Amino acid sequence: MIQFNQVYKRYPGGHEALRDLSFEITEGEMVYLTGHSGAGKSTLLKLIAAIERPTSGSVLVKGQNIRSIKREAIPALRRNIGLIFQDHKLLFDRSAFDNVMLPLQIGGFDHRESAKRARAALDKVGLLAREKANPISLSGGEQQRLCIARAIVNRPAILLADEPTGNLDSDYANEIMHIFKSFHQVGVTLILSTHDERVMQQFPSRALHLQQGELQGAAR
Amino acid sequence: MISNLIAHLRTLLATLQRLLHTPAASFLNITIIGIALSLPVGGYVLLKSLQQLGGGLSSTPQISLYLAADTSASEVARIGEKLKQHAAIEHIDFISRSDALQHLQQASGLADVTGGLNRNPLPDAYIVQPKLNDAMALESLRDELNNWPHLEQVQLDSAWAHRLQALIRFGRWTVVILAALLSFALVAITFNTIRLQILTRREEIEVTKLIGANDSFIRRPFLYFGFIQGLFGGIAAWMIVSASTLLLNLALDDLALLYSSHISLASLSLADSFTLLGFSAYLGWLGAWFSVSQHLWQIEPR
Ligand SMILES: Nc1ncnc2c1ncn2[C@@H]1O[C@H](COP(=O)(O)OP(=O)(O)O)[C@@H](O)[C@H]1O
Ligand SMILES: [Mg+2]
Repeated sequence: MIQFNQVYKRYPGGHEALRDLSFEITEGEMVYLTGHSGAGKSTLLKLIAAIERPTSGSVLVKGQNIRSIKREAIPALRRNIGLIFQDHKLLFDRSAFDNVMLPLQIGGFDHRESAKRARAALDKVGLLAREKANPISLSGGEQQRLCIARAIVNRPAILLADEPTGNLDSDYANEIMHIFKSFHQVGVTLILSTHDERVMQQFPSRALHLQQGELQGAAR
Repeated sequence: MISNLIAHLRTLLATLQRLLHTPAASFLNITIIGIALSLPVGGYVLLKSLQQLGGGLSSTPQISLYLAADTSASEVARIGEKLKQHAAIEHIDFISRSDALQHLQQASGLADVTGGLNRNPLPDAYIVQPKLNDAMALESLRDELNNWPHLEQVQLDSAWAHRLQALIRFGRWTVVILAALLSFALVAITFNTIRLQILTRREEIEVTKLIGANDSFIRRPFLYFGFIQGLFGGIAAWMIVSASTLLLNLALDDLALLYSSHISLASLSLADSFTLLGFSAYLGWLGAWFSVSQHLWQIEPR
């Protein structure tokens, strides 16, 4: 499903964020991505979603090479990937419900069907009662869950979450991990970046450990 | 198909909401577009009125032939036959000297003066309608008729019509140039409005791109906005021109009463109105399209 081959990523300005990465993630797997701040976790996730392109090497996502993917092919790729951002990237000019509707509008789905799906997604993350609220009035944990609802409403095959439990206390973190676990159980491929040891002990799974842009140990 | 239509209607509704979201700015933009468009449209209305006025005065030139006073009746008839058979002449009207006198008395209210005359001073006349309309042909026909016997005066009275035609041609070019310049202004106004919108909605554009929106999805609301703003600008122009025409016609009615004739400004026909609205909406769309193609590619999520 996702395959990295000798991937290097150098940002303009010369900083090498990723160095010689090779690994594979199979369909339906759940993988942790760990490492200190600045290790390159976000960069790696951005490569999978074609937000950045590798400087050299190949990144294959569902058979498509991100290094050479055409601009026009990127939207279709992203519709297959649910993205959960560190900074949520919610839109504050519309309600929680409308935020979750956005991916469905992009996909061109029928409105009534979309509304049903959006409510189901909000229900799944426990925010159905807040559908009319502006995301700015939601707590950090609620915003995180709203971001998850938006990412899953399209039923993507791959879910990428960048430090989803980053600044949440452990109760919230557990709640969110349970949500992820349930997606894993229905066959979604999951990649979670985190440096939360408690979470990884409670929900054990394979981990890729990054250190200054390099993969540590025999994690492949 | 239906769901597609509904999606478009939704975008339309959202666009209207966005227009209403910044009422002052939208109102100003629409008014500026309306004023800009009303200048060439107003010019067009003036031209149309002039043309109608010119039509009433017969813009095709005539040649008046005045016969010498001592011409006999049979001689007058013979000249009429000759004129009818002339290849360059479409048709002729005969105005006898007594008809002419009567006409003069009725038309000018000079009955008192002419009644005092003991002899009719007017000549018999033929009014000739030539086949061709160009100045060269007219003048050569006039010169030829000048050489005929018994014709005292040959008068080509096309100068006035020609002047009007030239004026209308000049006016038409003025309107065309004005329309071209102000259309460009409309495109520029929309271009800038959309540029500002793209800047303020930068975050939204980035997020929708991250979620998998393609270019046409991102473009659509901006194109709609340009279209709608142009359409409303066109409606504003229509109202400005119609209201001005109405007001000026009231003033013209007074003027016309004084001169006991009827003159008024033409109004915009249904076809004119739809052309105006379609054109302004199209120009708005075009301005938005330019703006979007110029600015959207610069916004890539990082
Ligand atoms: N857009 C960018 N331009 C230049 N350098 C960047 C950019 N994004 C990240 N970096 C650098 O790349 C390295 C890895 O960053 P990142 O992938 O965000 O790490 P992490 O998510 O593990 O904290 C850091 O040193 C960061 O400063
Ligand atoms: Mg990061």
